Amino acid sequence: MALAHRSSGLLKPLSTASSSSFLHRRPYSTDDTTTITVETSVPFTGHNCETPSRSVDTNPKELMTFFTDMALMRRMEIAADSLYKSKLIRGFCHLYDGQEAVSIGMEAAITKKDCIITAYRDHCLFLGRGGTLLESFAELMGRTAGCSNGKGGSMHFYKKEACFFGGHGIVGAQVPLGCGLAFAQKYRKEGHVTFTMYGDGAANQGQLFEALNMAALWDLPAILVCENNHYGMGTAEWRAAKSPAYYKRGDYVPGLKVDGMDAFAVKQACKFAKEHVLKNGPIILEMDTYRYHGHSMSDPGSTYRTRDEISGVRQERDPIERIRKLILAHDLATEKELKDIEKQARKEVDEAIAKAKESPMPDEPELFTNVYRKGFGVESFGADRKELRTTLP
Amino acid sequence: MASIFQTIGAATSLSSSIDTNTSRRSLSERKASFVVVRSDAAKINTRLNRIGGRIDHLITNAVATKADTSAASTASKPGHEVLLFEALKEGLEEEMDRDARVCVMGEDVGHYGGSYKVTKGLAPKFGDLRVLDTPIAENAFTGMGIGAAMMGLRPIIEGMNMGFLLLAFNQISNNCGMLHYTSGGQFKIPVVIRGPGGVGRQLGAEHSQRLESYFQSIPGIQMVACSTPYNAKGLMKAAIRSDNPVILFEHVLLYNLKETIPDEEYVLNLEEAEMVRPGQHVTILTYSRMRYHVMQAAKTLVNKGYDPEVIDIRSLKPFDLHTIGNSVKKTHRVLIVEECMRTGGIGASLTAAINENFQDYLDAPIVCLSSQDVPTPYAGTLEEWTVVQPPQIVAAVEQLCQ
Repeated sequence: MALAHRSSGLLKPLSTASSSSFLHRRPYSTDDTTTITVETSVPFTGHNCETPSRSVDTNPKELMTFFTDMALMRRMEIAADSLYKSKLIRGFCHLYDGQEAVSIGMEAAITKKDCIITAYRDHCLFLGRGGTLLESFAELMGRTAGCSNGKGGSMHFYKKEACFFGGHGIVGAQVPLGCGLAFAQKYRKEGHVTFTMYGDGAANQGQLFEALNMAALWDLPAILVCENNHYGMGTAEWRAAKSPAYYKRGDYVPGLKVDGMDAFAVKQACKFAKEHVLKNGPIILEMDTYRYHGHSMSDPGSTYRTRDEISGVRQERDPIERIRKLILAHDLATEKELKDIEKQARKEVDEAIAKAKESPMPDEPELFTNVYRKGFGVESFGADRKELRTTLP
Repeated sequence: MASIFQTIGAATSLSSSIDTNTSRRSLSERKASFVVVRSDAAKINTRLNRIGGRIDHLITNAVATKADTSAASTASKPGHEVLLFEALKEGLEEEMDRDARVCVMGEDVGHYGGSYKVTKGLAPKFGDLRVLDTPIAENAFTGMGIGAAMMGLRPIIEGMNMGFLLLAFNQISNNCGMLHYTSGGQFKIPVVIRGPGGVGRQLGAEHSQRLESYFQSIPGIQMVACSTPYNAKGLMKAAIRSDNPVILFEHVLLYNLKETIPDEEYVLNLEEAEMVRPGQHVTILTYSRMRYHVMQAAKTLVNKGYDPEVIDIRSLKPFDLHTIGNSVKKTHRVLIVEECMRTGGIGASLTAAINENFQDYLDAPIVCLSSQDVPTPYAGTLEEWTVVQPPQIVAAVEQLCQ
């Protein structure tokens, strides 16, 4: 095809589907030397700080990676939707589709030593940090192969090696935790940063401002990222906040407003924030993003917003579509090849689900493991302590 | 100098003293028996405790073979005299010297030296980052401590008064207690949350709270209450070394207690109760300040011819049912004296636990003396009536031993 001479000769032949993570395959373009400059959709708006430039440098490999990864994330969330409807996932399930650009852009700007902590809409962030589909689906279905052995559920995905700290159910409670992570980073003088993510609903929590004050007071390397999808469950932002300009809420803490549906804007902002924070203390990034699903699976998502609004955003601002257009414009792949990538993603997701379904549910002894950390020999069984065994050293 | 050897029974006897009708097949019986040694000449091994291994360097408080008065520590003659807050400070300082990851955070702990002087002198020594003065934001700095612990530090979070930690209840319950479990064991939270609580001298209702009852149901945490300088230092060190979140309850009125504690390093066992005064007629279980009321009552009781066995339970979660059980089997009568509220307090849980496990050994129903279910009044006389006083304890024992 015409593609062969377009990218600089590093085209790999299409290999048959591998069982390992799709993120390793680069079937179309592994070129990371050609620089492509992309303009972000809108300029950045700053509060008490300079804004970074609108032009972002990237390369074909990164563009293709973005597309592949986002397609996988999108597919995973949609599959989780149908799994929930078939009652394999129970309880709460908060889906991230529409917001993938935030995760992808952030990962592109940072390392695995920088910490990320978020609230309950954590499936895609977990994937972005290096979690596997199997771990995600198994955890969602409560199986032992899950990332938390099935004991956490949708809202408690963690990956310690990749510095992904979850996964928290209580709105806003992760922000002080995030400042604690930043405190530890400062204590150890490691030169890494923490991205503490929260939503527009959590932005009204008092503990956020408490944590922000402390972070600013001690110059902690904490970047507070407000994923503003404009609805705190059923309440629109203008009904919940007197000032919905969340990037300005920090007052003495600088802020930046970013188009969260544009992965390159997110990448640029995160890069800028990381440099800023290591010198000057905390910064707030407000990602203007949107979720297609409701707040969670029990929320249809259409009682407080119109279907036109949702489809309007999907048509004009969808993050995957934006990357697709960029790829086609720069001739890095054909329509068919992109469709194949999406099909591949679907296949991977289906395989992971099948494998996760085979994983067993945890046994009864698992109920009592990891309550305490061993070392002082305390094992308590049951609330009535009838089966308490304390090994006194 | 006499060394006191005491073998406290093998843990296998633990299962026989607990009435289990179902056997737990998944765990094998632990056959750890240990020797309690108090020796002043020995160099204490400060090896870090290996997971699952015996902690040989722990020197627990030996059983008092004579009925002392309040201080149950069998202090050897050399040693140094300290006040309780100084003992806490010593423990804290030794641990901070030993491990660079240990840090303190709380209101006025740094430059001010701590509202009860527990952290006095530490900020100039260790720096402002390790002894951190926080703004008045309990929820946030408790969360911050927990986040730092997730990253590997070992923070000690001080609540200026335990009652203020109610503001941080969400962080303590949901994040501190549960993260080890919900992450499938990935993260450990080695924090120590400490602070003074209890009824003081006319401090008013909001500053006289006893939070043991609120925290006791949180899965994943351990609670200990110190009562003497000896056990304050030992428990502080043990709590810092523990990989689990520990809440250390101190008492406002006990900070100026004086005692001679050993010069050499010692660490106490977090889950163990302390035998204050062995006896035959009745088991009196108590903790924190009530220990002193009980010992005062014990003097009167001894004069009247009773022989009470007084145990300071120290470990509020989990209960040391081994020591308690052995005592119950000996005396067959239990009196619980606590400062917690009557409803849903530590005494209530302890009563339930003893009833279930040692039903057959009890000759009389368990009597629990606790504080009244009222907000602590300001007036001195009323405040005295809120908590349990020695005459009430004497009367209860007489009633029980009829």
